[in-house]
Amino acid sequence: MKDFATLFADLDASTSTRAKTDALLHYFRRAQPADAAWALYFLAGGKPRQTVPTAIVRATAREMAGIPDWLFDECYSVVGDLAETIAHVLPPPRAQVDLPLHVWIEERLLGLRGQPPEDVAAALRGYWDELDTPARFLLAKLIGGAFRVGVARNLVLRALAEAAGIDAKLLAQRLMTYTDKSHTPDAAAYLQLLDPEHRAQASGQPYPFFLAHPLQAPVETLGERADWLVEWKWDGIRAQFIRRGAQSWLWSRGEDLLNGRFPEIDATHALLPDDTVIDGEIVVWREGRVQPFAELQKRIGRKNVTKKILQEQPVALLAYDLLELRGVDLRGAPQHVRRGQLEALVAPTPASALQLSPLVDAPDWLALTALREESRARGVEGFMLKAREGRYGAGRTKDVGVWWKWKIDPYTVDAVLVYAQGGHGRRANLYTDYTFAVWDAEPPTDGTALDPEQPRRLVPFAKAYSGLTDEEIRQVDRRVRDTTIERFGPVRGVTPTLVVELGFEGIQASPRHKSGIAVRFPRMLRLRWDKPVEEADSIERLRGYLGVTANTGPGLQS
Amino acid sequence: MPPPAEDLVIARPEGLYCPPGDFYIDPWQPVSHALITHAHGDHLRAGHGHYLASAASERVVRKRVGDVQLQTLPYGEAITHRGVKVSLHPAGHVLGSAQIRLEHGGRTWVVSGDYKTGPDPTCPPFEPVRCDVFVTESTFGLPVFRWEPQRVVFGQIDDWWRANAAIGRCSVVYAYTFGKAQRVLAGVDAGIGTIVAHGAVAAMDEAYRASGVALPATKSVLECSPIELRGALVVAPPSAQGSGWIRRFGEHGDAFASGWMQLRGARRRRSLDRGFVLSDHADWHGLLEAIAATGAPRVIVTHGYVEPLVRWLREQGYESGAFRTEYGDEREESLETSERGEEPGDSASDMPAAPP
Repeated sequence: MKDFATLFADLDASTSTRAKTDALLHYFRRAQPADAAWALYFLAGGKPRQTVPTAIVRATAREMAGIPDWLFDECYSVVGDLAETIAHVLPPPRAQVDLPLHVWIEERLLGLRGQPPEDVAAALRGYWDELDTPARFLLAKLIGGAFRVGVARNLVLRALAEAAGIDAKLLAQRLMTYTDKSHTPDAAAYLQLLDPEHRAQASGQPYPFFLAHPLQAPVETLGERADWLVEWKWDGIRAQFIRRGAQSWLWSRGEDLLNGRFPEIDATHALLPDDTVIDGEIVVWREGRVQPFAELQKRIGRKNVTKKILQEQPVALLAYDLLELRGVDLRGAPQHVRRGQLEALVAPTPASALQLSPLVDAPDWLALTALREESRARGVEGFMLKAREGRYGAGRTKDVGVWWKWKIDPYTVDAVLVYAQGGHGRRANLYTDYTFAVWDAEPPTDGTALDPEQPRRLVPFAKAYSGLTDEEIRQVDRRVRDTTIERFGPVRGVTPTLVVELGFEGIQASPRHKSGIAVRFPRMLRLRWDKPVEEADSIERLRGYLGVTANTGPGLQS
Repeated sequence: MPPPAEDLVIARPEGLYCPPGDFYIDPWQPVSHALITHAHGDHLRAGHGHYLASAASERVVRKRVGDVQLQTLPYGEAITHRGVKVSLHPAGHVLGSAQIRLEHGGRTWVVSGDYKTGPDPTCPPFEPVRCDVFVTESTFGLPVFRWEPQRVVFGQIDDWWRANAAIGRCSVVYAYTFGKAQRVLAGVDAGIGTIVAHGAVAAMDEAYRASGVALPATKSVLECSPIELRGALVVAPPSAQGSGWIRRFGEHGDAFASGWMQLRGARRRRSLDRGFVLSDHADWHGLLEAIAATGAPRVIVTHGYVEPLVRWLREQGYESGAFRTEYGDEREESLETSERGEEPGDSASDMPAAPP
C-alpha cells in the first residue's frame, strides 16, 4: 500500500511528464503482479466501487478527530475534497503497518461492503491508526469510490508497455476492457495483459478510439478540399459496434458496454459479416432526421427499455468508419479506402438502426462554409474533416492521420453572475462555480423609466465553471468576495455587478427549470467588466433561440 | 452597539485602538502613535507619526518604512504611556515579531500579531504571556492545518535539492522575501551546494545578518558559473515565478514554501513541482495551545478563519468575539496570505465586535 500511496503522491505532486513516467516505471518494475493488477486498474481509470457509505466514513473521521459536524464542514469547504479533509483532520497514527495493496483491497476494503455500521466504523478506526497522511488520503479515496489520479491513461500505458517490454498499441487494445466492472483485477489477468504471446482478439474488446481535434485555424489552411472527407458532426454517443461469431458488443468511448441499452442497434449485428468492427455515433433518429441530444438523454442510463420509449426515441448507429472487416485490421488503411469498404457494407442495409453517416459533397471550402450555417437547423454541431489519406490513430494522436472537428459557433447570451460556489481539487478555496441569470423582461424600448412597482428581476438559468483562465478566475473570485450579500452554506449570493458572455450548444424548453429553459454545455466565453448589468440579456433572447433548434428548421440567426 | 467602555483594545476604522493609552496597534490608516507587532506590510504601514517596535525588529522596520520616528523596546522591558504599561514579548513569527502586552487599571490584554508556536532558527520562540483577554490571529485556524516538525520539512527540501543536483538541475524555492526566505536559508543543509539569493531576498538577508542572525553564505546569480547553477538552490520571491529573471536558470525544479501548500488544491494551482508545508503561523493545535497558555477567559479573533475559531472557542466555554481588521489583505504584498480562502474580517462581518 505504501508503494502505491507513494506513486499516487508522486503523480499528484509533479507536473512533469518525465517525472510521472519515471515514477510509474519505478512502481511497475518492482510491484508484485497481484498488487500491480489493482494499481493498473485504478491508474487506467477503473473506479473502485464505493464500499462504505460516505456518511459513515465522515462520521468516523469526525469522531476520531474530536470535532463537531459544523467544523468538519468548514474544513471540507476550504479543502474542497472529502478524502483530503479526512486525511488532514485525523490525529497522528499510533502504528505504521504496510500491507500489500491487493490485501488491502481484497481482504480489507471489499469486505466492508454491507457490514453493520459499527463494524465498519471500528475497522476504519483501526486502519487509519496505522497509516500516514498520504496513505490515509489514498484509503479514503478508495473506500469512497472517488479515486481519480492525475495522470493520462496514455502515459500509464506507455510506461507499463516499457516496463513489460510489449507493444503499446497491443496493450492499448487489451486495456480497453481491463477497467470495466465485469471482472476483478488479479495477478492472472495482469500477467495475461502483458503476455506477448496471448491472442489479442479473443473477445469483443474495442480498439482505442481515434479522437478529433478542434479546428482553430481558418479552414482554407487545410489545403485542397479534395484531400478531405467531410461529414456532419453528430451530437450523440460515440460508439464501436463489434460483431464476432454470434455475438455483438456495443462500446461507448467511455468504455461502457452498452449491450441491451439500444436493442435496435444490437439487432443489426446479423447484417454484418463475422469479425467486423464499426465506429460511429449513436443518435435518436426519427422522422428521417437526427433529434436533439436531450432526446438521447432520455435513453441513457435506462436499463429497462420499454416499448413506449422505443417508439418515442428510436436510435440509430450512424456508421462512419470501418476498423476491421472479416478479421482484417483496417486501421492502417487510408481513410478513403476504409470509407469505400464501409459504404459497400452499410449502404445496402435496409435497417434504419444502422446507417451510413453521409459524406458532404460541397465542392469547395467556400460552399462548405455556407453549408455549415445550416448546422443548427439540421441538428448537428458542424463538420468533421478527415484526412483522405489518413490512418486510424489511437486517442488524440496526429502522427498517422488527423480528424478535425469544425464546429459552429455556440449560442451566446450576456448573463449576470448571481451565485458562486467554491471549486474542488485544484480550484478549491476559490469561487469558481457560478450561477448566471438573465432579466425576466426586456427593458422598455420607448425610453420610459421602469415601473418602480414592477422592477425587472433576474432569473437564474445556468451554471457554468469552465472557460476562464486562472487569472480571470482570481479576478472573479475577488469580485465575489467583495460583493457577497448572503451565504447559504458553501454558496454565496452576490450583488449583481458582473456580466459574462456565456456560450452554449443547445437549448430546450424545460418545465423542470424555474427559468423554463435548459441549456447544454454552458461555459464562459468572455468577462464583460465593461457592460452594465442593466444591459445584460433577457429571457426573451433565450426563448428566441428555442425556435431555431432542430425540429422547426429555418429561422437561423444571422 | 458600542463596545464595553472598559475594554483595553477596540476596533476603529484606523486600526486596533487602546482608548486609555490613545495609541493604535498595527493601524492600517495613518495615526499619530502606532505600536507595531512586526514588519510585514499588512501590519507595518508608512505614514504614522510615532512608531514603537521591538528592538530586534529595528533594522527590518527601517528597511521597510525608512527613516520614520521609531522608538524601540527590548523584549520583556516595559514602558508606561498615559498610564498604560506596555511591553513586547517574542511571537516567534519572524525576526523582531512581538506580542504586545497592555496593562491598565488591573486588566491585562495581549495582542498577538502573527505568531507560531514551533521553533525557527531566525527568531526567538513564542512566549506565552498570561492575560485576561487575548487577541489572536487565525490565519490557519482550522483543524486541517497541522504542521510537521520543521526538521522534517527541511529534510524534504534537502532531499529534493540533492536529487535535483544529482541530475544537474537547478532547484528554485519560492518563499516570502521577509521571514520565510531567511528561515529556509537557515534551515537547509548548506553543504549540498551553492545557494543563490534573489536580490530582494538578499536585501532582507543583510538586515538579518546585521541583527545577529546567522545565515549561510549566498551568491547573486551573476557570481555563479553556469555549471555551479545546475546544482544550486535558488531562493526567490513568489513573484519571480515565470519572470525573465527565473528563465536564466533554464530547465529547473521549482517549489513553494508556505503553510498553504498543505492543501492539494493550492499546490496544484501553482503548477510547481513541489509544495513544502512550512509556515510562520501557528497551526490549529498551535493556536489552541497558545490560547490555553495565556489563561485568558476571553479571546478576540482577528484575520484568518475567524468565524470557525470564534465558534469553537465559544463551544469550549470561552467568551469570544472578533475584530474586523485589514491584516492579511490579499491585495497587500504579503504573499503568504495571497492564497487565503477568506479575507480577513470577511467572516467576522456578521459577528459582534465584542461578545454580548
